[in-house]
Amino acid sequence: MKTAREMSIREEARKSVLLIPALVLLTAFFIVPIVLTVYYSFTNMALTGANAKNFQFVGLRNYKKMITDPNMIKSVVNTLIFLVGSLIGQSVLGFLIAYFMRNKAKTFRSVVGPCILAGWVMPEIVVSLCALAFFDANGTANTILQAVHITPVKWIYGHPMLSITVANVWHGTAFSMLNYQSALDNVSEDIEEQARVDGANRVQTLVRIIIPCIKDTIATNTMLNTLSTLGVFGLIWAMTGGGPGNATTTLPIYMYNQGLKNFQLGQGTAIGMVLLFVGALCSIIYTKVLNTED
Amino acid sequence: MKAKKVFSLFMAAVMTAGLAACGGGDGGSNASSASESKGKDSGKKQKLTFCFRDDGIGKENALWKWIDSAYDSWDKKDEVELDVAPITASEGDYFTKVALQLSDPSTCPDLVAEDTFQLPNDVSAGYLTNLDDYVKDYDDWQDGKYFESMQKAVTGEDGSVYGIPYNSDTRGIFYNREIMTTAGVIKEGQDWEPENWDDILDACEKVKEKCPDVVPFWCNAGVATGEATSMQTYEMLLYGTGDRLITDDGEWVVKSKGMEDSLKFLQDIYVNNEYGPSLDLVLNGQASNTSAREYLPEDKLAMSMDGIWITGNWKDDGTSPVKDYGEKFGLAAMPTSKGQDPKTVTLAGGWALSIPENSDMKDITFEFVKHMMEPDTYLKSILQQGNICTRTDVAEMDDYTKQPFFDEATQFLKTADFRPQNDQYSSVSTNIQTMVESVVSGTSIKDAMTQYKADVTRTVGDDEVTEQ
Repeated sequence: MKTAREMSIREEARKSVLLIPALVLLTAFFIVPIVLTVYYSFTNMALTGANAKNFQFVGLRNYKKMITDPNMIKSVVNTLIFLVGSLIGQSVLGFLIAYFMRNKAKTFRSVVGPCILAGWVMPEIVVSLCALAFFDANGTANTILQAVHITPVKWIYGHPMLSITVANVWHGTAFSMLNYQSALDNVSEDIEEQARVDGANRVQTLVRIIIPCIKDTIATNTMLNTLSTLGVFGLIWAMTGGGPGNATTTLPIYMYNQGLKNFQLGQGTAIGMVLLFVGALCSIIYTKVLNTED
Repeated sequence: MKAKKVFSLFMAAVMTAGLAACGGGDGGSNASSASESKGKDSGKKQKLTFCFRDDGIGKENALWKWIDSAYDSWDKKDEVELDVAPITASEGDYFTKVALQLSDPSTCPDLVAEDTFQLPNDVSAGYLTNLDDYVKDYDDWQDGKYFESMQKAVTGEDGSVYGIPYNSDTRGIFYNREIMTTAGVIKEGQDWEPENWDDILDACEKVKEKCPDVVPFWCNAGVATGEATSMQTYEMLLYGTGDRLITDDGEWVVKSKGMEDSLKFLQDIYVNNEYGPSLDLVLNGQASNTSAREYLPEDKLAMSMDGIWITGNWKDDGTSPVKDYGEKFGLAAMPTSKGQDPKTVTLAGGWALSIPENSDMKDITFEFVKHMMEPDTYLKSILQQGNICTRTDVAEMDDYTKQPFFDEATQFLKTADFRPQNDQYSSVSTNIQTMVESVVSGTSIKDAMTQYKADVTRTVGDDEVTEQ
């Protein structure tokens, strides 16, 4: 007679068979490319030129080159500015909108919600065209400024980092808003009620009660925003092309320039690895910081 | 909680990894957009796919018109179907997309327009067909119907031919005849033929003295004008000293007498004697347009070192039409520094028709190229392109020579030099621009050269630079 343990092993085995197709697909289209990417970052692979025919393993050369390259350092700094700016903008704005929309009439929510969502559902390229129209020398932003008698600002050329960050915030706020909305809906009214009875004002309730309650959502939301912001390419490419000069060259833009425009695929891949590293590092930090008590 | 934490970390890693993989690794898939439809044996006819850069004007494109008319008049058109597959992209993106297309047999066209400056890269990548066997029996090629310098431009490092050149451009000094006459540099009706750099500086001095309101000399000198600063200014000077940017062994020259002389000339123009325009005019991206469209036509500039294409501005349908511009202006060849051989110098670019290695119908494609380059078909196209022609016989045709300055500019091809055919050139070029800009804005030549040496060394590596 078979033991229960044997039975369960057979059961598991049968289930595992069903996973094989998924595993094969995952290996073929995901794991193999990633392993190859890591490998290519240690080669001098190129799109054209002699190295396109026979590329060689060059060890850490691509990475060494990066360390001494001022453009690389500049683009890491740009990436961090863009990342922090976008994160703060998206999270704060998204949270505030969600918070103020709470307990409002349903019609109000159904009008304001879609307006914010519009920025999110639009394709990246449309967002960048909208942002260009907004920040253009004779665009919406300057028209408004002129209407209140303030000197127009050269947004794209004078403040390129600010322009792309604002565009990205506009694009991404809705996502944070949705996250926070659903989190806030789950905060029990009883606790808030209790806090009020104990004499807490609105700010105290928000800081001491609500935010701790939605801490997990903040962590997840920040992480997802980080990853999507690190990957932003089309928006910046269409708005500034990484310029003027290299003022808005972030890592994805630099990776494209090195890998595809300058044909150095190996070098471009190595930059991709740095991007991967930055993303992983941020994720670890968030998890550590926000889950201290477990 | 622990499980969730691990899971979210895993997700994060997976997502960024995906991101990195997309960026660097998936090169091949990008090419699918352009000419997916290349049927190998669609019906009886073979399909000839032609790939070139289209700047968004579609069938109005001079190349598109050219290939259409060439196909219509081709005696083999019943055997071959033509598939015009342009890539609509900026110039930089075009090279990337072409390289991607050429690397894969399923997307590879049968005929491709290659910039001669990009050609060596694609040759060493093994993307292009060696045309030696084809040009061997191509009489026009062997009988000197093509400019030798252009033949050199399509020859790979191995000495084999990899394309048939179809256009070019050259550079020289455009001058305003009236101002130069008033200043006493030339007599009425005489052409200006400077023999060395001192002649240019003398002319500047005379213009400055006699016509104080006129800017004597203009050449691009800023980072903002990009390649125009490297090619139209610095390289025109450097190659005129006999020195080069790179040695035959592929080492970048970071210090040489020629470099010093070239920078000295620029310093004389811009800093020591103030012959040049004010820096706010020349150090911005519009500098070349300002000189060609405003200063030259409005008699505010005596001499401008620029490319033949600026004459397009002065045509009736140009941006800044000038009546009888052929008489108003003159075009002088840029002399070598001390008048040494070959007396004059110009930098030239140009495009060629190449057959990809992955093409499956090379023989008939080359037949088609020969037909495209037949003088009658070719003449019409080169006029439309507004470029310098590559055939010596077309260069003598009336329709071609009656375009002002084209005759002179085409003759420059005889002593034309080309940019280094090296894949680091575009990066080094930005270092050149920085060096030139710093000199014209007052930095000492020594400091600018030290900076250039540091920049180039960082770009190409310690073992790829040399001093002369």
